[in-house]
Amino acid sequence: MIPSIPQSRMIRTAYTAYIVLFFLYLALPLAVVAAFAFNDSQFPSLPWEGFTWNWFFGEERPMIGVFHERGILRAIGTSAFVGASVAALSVAVGTSNAFLFNRYQFRGRGVLYVLMLLPLVIPGIVLGISILVFSSSVANGLWDSVKYDAEILRPGLVLVVLGQFSFITTITTLVISARLQKFDRTLEEAALNLGADRLTAVRTVTLPYLMPAMIGAVVVAFLMSFENFNTTLMLVGSDAPLTIAMFDRLKEGSTPLLNAVSLLLMLGSSLLALVMIAFQRKA
Amino acid sequence: MRNQARLGFYLLLTPLLLWLILLIVIPHIDMALLSLRERVGVGKYATSMANYGTFFGEPLYMWTFLRTAMMSVLATLITLIIAFPVSYYIAKMARGRTQSALFLLCLVPFWVSELVRTFGWMILLRETGLFSTLLQWAGLVDGPVEMLYNDAAMMVGLVYTSMLFMVVPLVTTLESLDDAVIEAGYDLGGSGFSVLREIVIPHAMPGIVSGSIVVFMLSLGNYLTPTMLGGKDSLWFTELIYSQFIVRFNWELGAAFGFMLLILSSVIVWGTLRLTGQTLEKTMG
Repeated sequence: MIPSIPQSRMIRTAYTAYIVLFFLYLALPLAVVAAFAFNDSQFPSLPWEGFTWNWFFGEERPMIGVFHERGILRAIGTSAFVGASVAALSVAVGTSNAFLFNRYQFRGRGVLYVLMLLPLVIPGIVLGISILVFSSSVANGLWDSVKYDAEILRPGLVLVVLGQFSFITTITTLVISARLQKFDRTLEEAALNLGADRLTAVRTVTLPYLMPAMIGAVVVAFLMSFENFNTTLMLVGSDAPLTIAMFDRLKEGSTPLLNAVSLLLMLGSSLLALVMIAFQRKA
Repeated sequence: MRNQARLGFYLLLTPLLLWLILLIVIPHIDMALLSLRERVGVGKYATSMANYGTFFGEPLYMWTFLRTAMMSVLATLITLIIAFPVSYYIAKMARGRTQSALFLLCLVPFWVSELVRTFGWMILLRETGLFSTLLQWAGLVDGPVEMLYNDAAMMVGLVYTSMLFMVVPLVTTLESLDDAVIEAGYDLGGSGFSVLREIVIPHAMPGIVSGSIVVFMLSLGNYLTPTMLGGKDSLWFTELIYSQFIVRFNWELGAAFGFMLLILSSVIVWGTLRLTGQTLEKTMG
């Protein structure tokens, strides 16, 4: 069925109706989350008690808004820190990987490439526990042998960053490799002919060409880190990132405060997505 | 010059090896070793298969394992069936601006955290939720209906959460199918159904395979959706792993569970790739 082949009207209408229903299904959960952020009630459910901004700006119990709720603000800060660290690390390593696979033919290249893809097909929770197990055995080993307590290897932000980095790097590598493959290497050779050394040629010719992909990878890595739940759940210490903090609250019972946080998250990520699209356009 | 190239090669190789060896390979070996350890006394351990014995011996564990696998396969199939017509519409029916707008719309829900999406379904499905109120208002039911905390609610959540990972690869592969090929199919006397079966689906196979693998993995490894939307009977295997590690502090058994989950997912991914003649490099890379 393509537009150039005539089809009966009924089939066409049914098809279009299905597509409309599908998009309603996609939008519905997000729409209700957003709408109930403004409900003047203790519960994010019907009946509708009237419109309020209190779940954003409220200062007094029982309606403390997002902007006055310390726990949530701190969790947002933690998530932003983790996201920025993961993005920086994974894009740096991803760029290096992309150059390695694009520029060098070596023994074991195929094996390494498959190994590099593996984190995508390992369940997040398994990645989390394996890193937890390994770092604990290293920490225990250090304690038993030299009586040094490696606080850094106990559940906490460092492990969360490493855990997320372990699979997000695969994605940044793929994103950056895709663009590097399209690069015309004669441009680099031209720079070499004009007297630049290798490093200068890469820095002034190849890297600017890769920039859109690298910025895209930063945004994707940051968002994936911000959203990550499974791996983080197993590695988290006392500083909970936002998804974990929200999960703990949701288990206790939800107030529209969570809707307000969610709405802010939606706005934040759409803004990031728009920035990324704008960058991609310019390139 | 040659030396410089060599140096560059090792400089680029080091971060890759550090990442893969320290964060992927050794941790998994360590986890496998831990799962083979049995506590025989205070601070004393012996190598044995006891943890796997517990896993295969206890019906609850085995049952949860199989159920999680079956439900994940089901979630993958439902996602594929829902996503295919939509992807086909975006790739072949829509044109120009509509096409890119629809594609972007598909992506939007996935820019927000899975937690928010799950929360949305909780608001819709719970006893005081939107659907229940709507049904009462329409006079179809007398009292509030609880639609949350059962397998169906969990399935809705799982399918919703992984939809994007099916739509994107499908749209990409379907877009590369030339309209002329479809027209030729019709010219040669094919019906809509036979064109779909003999031209469109074979062409979309790489997309179907990679989408299915990702969706299956995401469902299998999901913790949030079964915990929040599923009921008492819809225990998910990841919940068992979590409780062994964090609640009971029995890491040995938890590691064995983790390893079983890893084996299950590897077998299914490998089997799917073999059956359809695809490779991991082609479908993921």
